Amino acid sequence: MNWIVLLPPLIAAALITLFLRPLKKLSVLVSIGACAISLGGALAIFFADGEAKLSTLSWASLPGLEITIGAMGDPLASMMLLVVTGVGLLIHIFAYGYMKEDPGLSRFFAKLSLFMFSMLGIVLADNLVMMFIFWELVGLSSYLLIGFWFERPSAAEAAKKAFIVNRIGDFGFLLGILGTWAIFGSIHFEELKNSVAATGLPAGVSVGVITLVTFGLFMGCMGKSAQLPLHVWLPDAMEGPTPVSALIHAATMVAAGVYMLCRVFFILDLSAYTMEIIMWIGAATSLFAALIALQQNDIKRILAYSTLSQLGYMVMAVGCSATTEAMFHLTTHAFFKALLFLAAGSVIHGLHHEQDIWKMGNLKKYMPITFVTFLIGTLALTGFPGLSGFFSKESILFAAYHHNKVVFALGLFTALLTAFYMTRLFVVAFLGKERTEDVHHAHESPKVMTIPLILLAILAVIGGFIGIDRYIGPHAISHDSGGYGLVMGLSIASFLIGTGLAWRLYGNVTKEPYSFAILKNKFYSDEVYEAFLVKPQQALARFLAWFDYWVVGGLFVRLSCLSAAGAGEVLRLMQGGSLQAYVVVFILGVALLCYWILVKVAL
Amino acid sequence: MNVFTEITLNHYLALSGLLFMIGLAGVMIRRSILVIYMCLELMLNAANLALVAFNRFHVKPGGIHDYDGQIMVFMIITVAAAEVAVGLALIVSLYRLRQTTNVNDLNALKF
Repeated sequence: MNWIVLLPPLIAAALITLFLRPLKKLSVLVSIGACAISLGGALAIFFADGEAKLSTLSWASLPGLEITIGAMGDPLASMMLLVVTGVGLLIHIFAYGYMKEDPGLSRFFAKLSLFMFSMLGIVLADNLVMMFIFWELVGLSSYLLIGFWFERPSAAEAAKKAFIVNRIGDFGFLLGILGTWAIFGSIHFEELKNSVAATGLPAGVSVGVITLVTFGLFMGCMGKSAQLPLHVWLPDAMEGPTPVSALIHAATMVAAGVYMLCRVFFILDLSAYTMEIIMWIGAATSLFAALIALQQNDIKRILAYSTLSQLGYMVMAVGCSATTEAMFHLTTHAFFKALLFLAAGSVIHGLHHEQDIWKMGNLKKYMPITFVTFLIGTLALTGFPGLSGFFSKESILFAAYHHNKVVFALGLFTALLTAFYMTRLFVVAFLGKERTEDVHHAHESPKVMTIPLILLAILAVIGGFIGIDRYIGPHAISHDSGGYGLVMGLSIASFLIGTGLAWRLYGNVTKEPYSFAILKNKFYSDEVYEAFLVKPQQALARFLAWFDYWVVGGLFVRLSCLSAAGAGEVLRLMQGGSLQAYVVVFILGVALLCYWILVKVAL
Repeated sequence: MNVFTEITLNHYLALSGLLFMIGLAGVMIRRSILVIYMCLELMLNAANLALVAFNRFHVKPGGIHDYDGQIMVFMIITVAAAEVAVGLALIVSLYRLRQTTNVNDLNALKF
């Protein structure tokens, strides 16, 4: 069963790359078809309710280490599979409309399929090594997709940045996996779970060691889910095509970090320190990103920072031991953030690649469907009561309320900021007057783009009602444990205040009335990285280049070469060609040898 | 004991050394490659003479003689004969090629 989910995208990617590149329509069809088959498989696994037949393939077998390519069929995995394939399919369809004119259409869909394969591998992984393999594949396909328009230097740079920053996190993840294997002697989630459930932390493993190991695992999440301080790649990754931003950098790949945390939660839970770190980093990221989002002008960047902020929420929830809430928010976030990104893509498409919200305005007149769906996405994200985001966000806040009041306050404030910046974006881009002439020529996108928008909007609306959380697992804290009404009241209040404030401040403006340089410049994080990491690293690189050129290359290589050549120059003088000169030298040598043997040694 | 009445090992060795030095001097100073070759043979035979002499004066405990040295000499003679065949052939073809046997003119093999 699991192969039906996992393999079609890989086969599609291979087919397109090898044979179908000139046939654009067929490539798109193959890619979308593969995604649909995966969705079918995911549905089958979901409705089999843990009874699905999953087969395992032995990949490498060593004494004490059995690496398999298998699958998990638990609610966590099957839910995530549905999200990835379902949202993925809609984005595939949207992407066809968005990328229709691009000469690299086939290449794009091959990469999308490769990404789907990698992502499904992470979700299905039944052991840490398999997860790591697909983790890296996701990193690769993300690199390829961000750099899809590789002829643009900024896209190539962004792809490189994403890859390198992820590499740091992946290194920690690998160390964490090795540490886990060293401590528990297993990499399979089931075995690990049983071992932790039976004996807890093995005897002789100190708190420090398990904290380091679990922090290593968390570092993987920090890279992929773009948590502080490895968040810098995600905003830049918006250089990729908008469907990529929606699929990878909003709905699925960045959620992989959170999914992984939920998967290994029972290990993380062994170290209270790690849990604290996770909670605080999540909370800090959500606040930090929300603050930056207040002052951005690029529609995709605002959404990118919003994604960062929401990922911070999920990580914070994991830190509060609320994995179900985290996965719930991940799911609803996948719906409404994919919706927002696709709607933004529709706007960008309609305006011929204009991304500055201050050059938009009154789009509701020109793009009614995009307008309505974007409104639904905004309301879902900001926590309008009744929409999916409201339920999931509120359940996270509730868990935080019972876990740590300071974090709860941070979360609440972030919710207010979220309502503020999203309303700002919405009001400026869709309402008011047309700010540039180009807006008059805006047009609604074709059906192939609007239908996925409508479907996602439906999901974003009903996601909370149907109670997706029921399928994931029990809530960390029962709703009866007090304070539920208070949390809900505060959460609605923060939504109202944020929205109202933004409405009031941005309702009738033609250009940005406020300017906070520190927020506009993203807390100078790129500059700080430039000064403290990139510059010293480049200085070191220059020194090493100098060292390599003059010491290794000069002293060792070129000097030894020169001395050999010089010795040759001297010695060749002896090769005069005169036979008898050789004889004389030879005889002298023999005489010396005789003298040495007979006189020096013998006596 | 008179050096002129009794022939001892040292006489043979002196003769052998003399022959060797004559051969060596010839190799060093003669210009014709053929003569150099003959001088080389002279040096070989000097060595042969020394071997035979050593063998003749070598008496094992109990007054037993052996013939190891002489056998070695036969060996050398045989090899030298083969070597002469090869060497002369080389010299002949060298002469055909360069029309000279003077080593001063045969100095093409240098750096």
